[in-house]
Amino acid sequence: MRKSVNRVWRRVMANKLISEMGLPKSIANIFAARNIHTAKDALSLTEFELMELLDVGLAEVTTAVSSISEISCPPYQTALSLLEQRMHNEHLAGHLPTRLKGLDAALCGGIPFGVITELVGPAGIGKTQFCLKLSLLASLPSSHGGLDGHVVYVDTESKFSSRRMIEIGVNSFPEIFQIEGMAQQMAGRILVLQPTTPTEFSECLQKIKDSLLQHHVKLLVIDSMAALVSGDGQGQCRQHPLGWHMTFIKSLAEFSRIPVVVTNQVRSHSGDDPFHYSFQDSRQNLDFPTTFDSHLVAALGIPWAHAVSIRLVLESKSGQRFIKVAKSSMSPPVAFTFAISASGISLLHDDGIEMTGPEINAICGQVLKHFNVASSINDAHNIKYFRDFEVTVVYSIKNWSFRVVCG
Amino acid sequence: MEVSSLPISASHRAKLISAGYISISSLSSISPAHLARDLGISENEATGILKVASQRGGPERTIPSHHSIVDGLRAQTAWDMLHEEESCRRITTSCADLDDILGGGISCKEVTEIGGVPGIGKTQLGIQLAINVQIPLEYGGLAGKAVYIDTEGSFMVERVQQVAEACIKDMQEYDSFLRKDLPARQVNLQANDFLANIYYFRICSYTEQIAVINYLEKFISEHKDIKVVIVDSITFHFRQDFDDMALRTRLLGGMALKLMKLAKKFTLAVILLNQVTTKYSGGSFQLTLALDSGHQGHILF
Repeated sequence: MRKSVNRVWRRVMANKLISEMGLPKSIANIFAARNIHTAKDALSLTEFELMELLDVGLAEVTTAVSSISEISCPPYQTALSLLEQRMHNEHLAGHLPTRLKGLDAALCGGIPFGVITELVGPAGIGKTQFCLKLSLLASLPSSHGGLDGHVVYVDTESKFSSRRMIEIGVNSFPEIFQIEGMAQQMAGRILVLQPTTPTEFSECLQKIKDSLLQHHVKLLVIDSMAALVSGDGQGQCRQHPLGWHMTFIKSLAEFSRIPVVVTNQVRSHSGDDPFHYSFQDSRQNLDFPTTFDSHLVAALGIPWAHAVSIRLVLESKSGQRFIKVAKSSMSPPVAFTFAISASGISLLHDDGIEMTGPEINAICGQVLKHFNVASSINDAHNIKYFRDFEVTVVYSIKNWSFRVVCG
Repeated sequence: MEVSSLPISASHRAKLISAGYISISSLSSISPAHLARDLGISENEATGILKVASQRGGPERTIPSHHSIVDGLRAQTAWDMLHEEESCRRITTSCADLDDILGGGISCKEVTEIGGVPGIGKTQLGIQLAINVQIPLEYGGLAGKAVYIDTEGSFMVERVQQVAEACIKDMQEYDSFLRKDLPARQVNLQANDFLANIYYFRICSYTEQIAVINYLEKFISEHKDIKVVIVDSITFHFRQDFDDMALRTRLLGGMALKLMKLAKKFTLAVILLNQVTTKYSGGSFQLTLALDSGHQGHILF
């Protein structure tokens, strides 16, 4: 399994050399003489440009391009063989169960491998709690439904709490954690990286790519993406740095076939956000809720929203927390009520509420329950848009100190 | 016809012109040996040039007699085109309203572009069409196969299975409600049969995207029952890390043309799924299709 991942990675990154393609000697030499060495160089030119550059006829160019294309084209598979391959090689045909029955059913088994799953919601809603639980689930032995592997947790806002994670473990899987040394072993499988600048973050990602191929990494968590990538501005300047990270993380997920979970922040809707096409009437803001309290959108913009494959929106409305499957090509638009407890996140009902229309995408930021001081520096930016919030002690556990902010 | 428009290499063209051969007719009665001597090239090369010239210069043998108005070009009368369009098969989208707007479904000789905001259902439509093209002829389908080119990794096999199962159920219902008077017929298809007829390519860079579109011509001639090609999405690999905008435009234009040629040559439907981006116009930001290459075809939002 490791070897095939390596080969696949190399296939893309290496970019096939024309000299190794077995083309007739004469044409291969001409390509080399004109400094066209890779498939990328050759295919980036149109056929007429190649004719001019190489000084050969159209028929020869067409044949050469045909051969190069056929060789550079990735092999095909039928959808059936893809399914069979996944069922045979991967855990639950490529899913990491979240242990939230309703959500797992909606996601056809759990968080999918090979693509980016995004958790987006206002501060304090429970994104980090979800990530902690998932990290634990991935490190569990397969006898208990885990992936029996290592987890890389990129914590950009210093929100990771190992004590909280052990607490979740002890409460959710007491039979494992009672065993001597198990807690240490499980916690030992989770590697936490805490980059503090965008440059460090990029370096982190590069290092992760290298170690994925060597170790048994079964889950990558990035909490949160928005902190070190977007910066404060909106619009064009933000898209540039994000573009590289987006494609890099996406290809990481694709080639390692592991689940990648990324959290995203929210920001308030501004007048610059586009919500209609040129042929629509701009006065009917159909997609948009009208109350000020709910004027929130996911950060990082539309290109990022295209790049993620699953978007789970966490929000709070009238004192109730919801987790909504806002974007997923294999799930209906459903929402579940959830609560945070000693054992992590749990759904209050396994039957989801099916939502129609744009409501599934809206992010509501009404009453929030509690904040974690360590993250408030970044989240404070979002706080000023909330009218009122109440502070409630949700749980208190012996030997675990919790921090609450009032204001 | 001019020698300068012949598809030969630049140096040969230059030699022909400097030796005085400007029009194709001047090459019509010359021997390869004579041409080779005049141009200072080998006899083989001269034969090659004369062959190309004779192919271009002569009248097309495939044009029927009533197209004699325009010699040497492939032309059709408007009447023929209308007839062809009406008899052209269409793929249903499983949504009656959408089918109505499209005039019966996705047309099998054209490129259709479908754009939308993230999460709106573009991949869903792509998957639906990959299944619907396989509906047997008895149920009004095309009994064809599908090529699915995935550039983003959004193709979820579990979902394809669900859609296939629903399609089979639809066919069974059709049988029981609409064909009550006719002898009972079993739908012998399984969801896996549908999955086996979808050829899946996973593309990870723009080089691979261009390569697969070039390769499709050969692939489809080997698999003649392919009736739909879905590209999901056409713009993903071109949106980031592309410094040379002119190159990007040329490449996209080239791809669009090749796909149109493919659609016409093999009478299949090409579906391009596209992302959206923001554009500042008329005093506000609006949504628009990403990398609008301005090509012909239907555009749906």
